[in-house]
Amino acid sequence: MIYLRLFFEFFKTGLFAIGGGLATIPFLTEIGQKTGWYTMQELSNMIAISESTPGPMGINMATYVGFNVGGPLGSLVATIGEVSPSVIIIMLISKIIYKYKDNIYIKNAMAGIRAVCIGLIIYAFFNVFSSSVILLDRYVPGITSINSIIEIRRLIIFIFILICSFIFKKVHPVIWIATSAILGIILFSI
Amino acid sequence: MENKISIKDLYISFFKIGLFTFGGGLAMIPMLEKEIVEKRHWCNEEEILNYYAVGQCTPGIIAVNTATFVGYKHRGIIGGIATTLGVISPSLIIITIIASFIKNFASLTIIQNALKGLGAGVCAIIIPSIIKMFNNSIKSIFLFILAVLSFISVEFFKVPVYLIVIFGIIAGLLYGKVRSNKNDLS
Repeated sequence: MIYLRLFFEFFKTGLFAIGGGLATIPFLTEIGQKTGWYTMQELSNMIAISESTPGPMGINMATYVGFNVGGPLGSLVATIGEVSPSVIIIMLISKIIYKYKDNIYIKNAMAGIRAVCIGLIIYAFFNVFSSSVILLDRYVPGITSINSIIEIRRLIIFIFILICSFIFKKVHPVIWIATSAILGIILFSI
Repeated sequence: MENKISIKDLYISFFKIGLFTFGGGLAMIPMLEKEIVEKRHWCNEEEILNYYAVGQCTPGIIAVNTATFVGYKHRGIIGGIATTLGVISPSLIIITIIASFIKNFASLTIIQNALKGLGAGVCAIIIPSIIKMFNNSIKSIFLFILAVLSFISVEFFKVPVYLIVIFGIIAGLLYGKVRSNKNDLS
């Protein structure tokens, strides 16, 4: 039964992929090769769409792959399969954290985790920045020119939204997300 | 459990967060801050960062892990399931529509242009959130050094995230022990 298999494969992905959506890609590759449900070409197309539609990328990929394999029910089964392990694990961890939340060891451990997490977030930020604002990921020493790295329109949108979000602190981020999409459509079609 | 928050509200808030997260977990931080911390007061700044930090080093999608934490805190198992379903619902709806009707979605010019704008815009709104998180969690020189070390080890030495987190736990415990007369790091 294909739905059972789909659930099981994605449950495994959800259980072993640590670090978010990108970490699931090697698992999705393996599923495709093992089951023949989709080709690598189809997978890369699904990844592209998952990156360009709303929703966390990891969820989008599970949904899309599931849909291709078993229609709407397939997408539901694959997604539920992928999130089940983490929902269970997080609830267990939550229980422990709340039970011992005033314990000095838990407090100190959490302070340590928060500090390293800040480092990780800043790292993730630079990755996003260098693939969406100043395109450092395209940089090849001696070959690429400055012009191909700095795309002025991306920079304009970045600076504009940055200034706005500092000045109008009360405005919901949804507004800025929508504005930047509209600005992208306008500026890049000129 | 704190005062009762309805299952419906939990679902709707995370539906919204799912709908406006483009890309990976990082993009959801500004939405979490606004919806969960500022507007609803369901968690404070420190808790959100705890959830996000633990969510990074446990299996699964970071957005789902964070959602489960918030839901579970307020309404137990049912709450955790509600927030998780909330954050995945927009994906299920949108991907189903796109997969059925617009197979060339990602190569449409208008979508590509919108995405270029979104990439730059999302990058910008993350900055105030990062500054806030930094101020709220880096309260001593020791924690600052820890953050810098973690950045260096992932950026330059490609150390796996879970090892860095384990290192953070050990460092936090040891430091707490060394200056146990003062007791509290946070």
